[in-house]
Amino acid sequence: MSGSVTLTEKVWRVVLYVAATAGFVFLVAPILAIVPLSFNDGQFLTYPLRGLTLRWYENFFFSGTWMFSIRNSLIIGVCAALIASVLGTLAAIGLWLAEFPGKRLVGAFLLAPMIVPIVIYSVGLYFYFAPWNLTATHLGLILAHAVLGAPFVLITVGATLSGFDRTLIRAGQSLGATPIQVARHVVFPLIAPGVVFGGLFAFAVSLEEVITVLLIGGPNQRTLPREMFSGIRENISPTIAAAATIMIVLAILLLVTAELLRRRSAKLRSG
Amino acid sequence: MVETSQEGPRAARSLKRSLARAERRRKLRAFLLVLPLILFVLAFFAAPIIGMLERAVVDRDLMQAWPRTAEAVKAHDWSEAEVPGEEVFAVLGPELASSFEARTAAGVARRLNYDLDGGRSLVMNTARSVARLDETPPAWRDAILEIEPRWGEPATWTAIRRAAGPVTDFYLLQTIDRQRVADGSIASVPRERAIYLQIYGRTFAIALSVTLLCLAIGFPIAYLLASLPANRANLLLILVLLPFWTPLLVRTAAWVVVLQEQGLVNQMLQFLQVTDRPIRLVYNRTGVIISMTHVLLPFMILPLYAVMQTVPPHYMRAARSLGAPPFTAFRRVYIPQVMPGIAAGSILVFIIALGYYITPALVGGASDQMVSYYIAFYTTDTVNWGLAGALGAGLLAATLLLYTVYSRLVGGVRGVM
Repeated sequence: MSGSVTLTEKVWRVVLYVAATAGFVFLVAPILAIVPLSFNDGQFLTYPLRGLTLRWYENFFFSGTWMFSIRNSLIIGVCAALIASVLGTLAAIGLWLAEFPGKRLVGAFLLAPMIVPIVIYSVGLYFYFAPWNLTATHLGLILAHAVLGAPFVLITVGATLSGFDRTLIRAGQSLGATPIQVARHVVFPLIAPGVVFGGLFAFAVSLEEVITVLLIGGPNQRTLPREMFSGIRENISPTIAAAATIMIVLAILLLVTAELLRRRSAKLRSG
Repeated sequence: MVETSQEGPRAARSLKRSLARAERRRKLRAFLLVLPLILFVLAFFAAPIIGMLERAVVDRDLMQAWPRTAEAVKAHDWSEAEVPGEEVFAVLGPELASSFEARTAAGVARRLNYDLDGGRSLVMNTARSVARLDETPPAWRDAILEIEPRWGEPATWTAIRRAAGPVTDFYLLQTIDRQRVADGSIASVPRERAIYLQIYGRTFAIALSVTLLCLAIGFPIAYLLASLPANRANLLLILVLLPFWTPLLVRTAAWVVVLQEQGLVNQMLQFLQVTDRPIRLVYNRTGVIISMTHVLLPFMILPLYAVMQTVPPHYMRAARSLGAPPFTAFRRVYIPQVMPGIAAGSILVFIIALGYYITPALVGGASDQMVSYYIAFYTTDTVNWGLAGALGAGLLAATLLLYTVYSRLVGGVRGVM
């Protein structure tokens, strides 16, 4: 069998490797290409580099507008992720605990924010928030981003729970624990990685969301992606490259954390 | 003996009842845990969207400013005369004046302007002049026609009839380049106003191109990942997940930089002597399709990879040992097995691509904007909310329809990730 590798098969394998390598280059190269340009000592975002400098990072960290946007992003992202985590985790536990009529429909409804185009949602909020004076407020954006993040918590916690041994709950109850004690000492430690993972996901969703900010944010709610949006549209400067590099580093940190959490929860499930 | 035989069923019944009660309590407790999120999503997601869709069919501007005119227009027998007589003008005249003083005429003017070229100035000029009349004219029809002869044209009255409210299909029909004409039937709009089917067509075309490109680039990547041992596949998977976790705006900025005239791609093409002058790759359709393909590629690779992992290699080996040439074995044995992954990935990418806004807005030109762009544009720039709602309804319907197909394919919740 192994001796019967024909020439066509070899050609096919080479074609596969070349195509896949080209695909990987396409995925990663543009993201990595912007990083060196953030250290380039020149006004233009072009290669070859004209020498190294940190002044674009200086521009970034000492500029009032960029720092203000980071602060806004953190406030909105953290609050939205917290709301999404609490509501999403409770709902995931409820959906897992028991069958009730219409459960499939409820699940589909709760995942809808992931599917509906964000422009439609944002325009809806544009009208809906106006009479409540929630347009151009932090609270408005926090609520909007919490809605967008909650489905991700629902999915990650749901996935963790699907590998959860239900007899552990009965064991806890039979030993005389109250439902709250069971939740605190049995359920929560086991699903904690899923909750944190979901929360990170919700935070990442808020950190990259810009359409809601464009439509219902005011000048006081300019977030990091909103600032980048204007930067790219008006005049793409090396400071944008610095901001992009910082966000890529953040993305790598999130990716690593998520991967560690996934491994931990996989170990818990198998152990 | 008699007592126990009666107690047995009774105890069983009460046990059954208390079990049922416990089961009901359990269900209720489970539901109560889900309830907060249901209420949250209802209040801050479903309600705003329903409110937006409502704007596509609600039409109250004219009715609120000119209530009696709206009634008169509905009561008039239009088969008799396309321009009504004094009885309608006699109602319109005083309401023109009063709406000018109450500042509600501007709303009617804006609404008629959506439908009728110059509708805004027609309403505002007439209302201003009528409000300044010293005394009630003996014949309103003649007086109004003297101020603005366009009140004598059938087109003006057709537009007023379409705006008489309280509900309308005007905006929904407009998004498919149709309108109601004088006799109430549906017809195409004049050529210069027929732009929306083209926008929908462009949106579908871009989404389809991006989906096919994602499939073409994603398939070999997923295939390679699935054929490698797990630890090496996991390492390569990082190259897929890194772009997935990198914010959209960073990736868009990266593409603007790489594709610009002095960017890396153009430098490389010139170095390889493919071209001697920079090619325009950004702020046009090419740029939009390249960057959207990059953004959506992980959504194709991940479901494809998930399905390919489950395909046992011995089917292909069996086909080969039975004498099938490699390509035939691939086409007739492998592809049918990974078809669910191809379908799921393609529909997912297509759904997300349909609603895209940011990437075309930043990397595209004026003729590369998709439906989402116009929804935002009509909301914030031209304040034509009915049209924004109607375009939103179309986009939402397409999205939900495709999502239903998608969840049938992958079985709901678990397939989304």
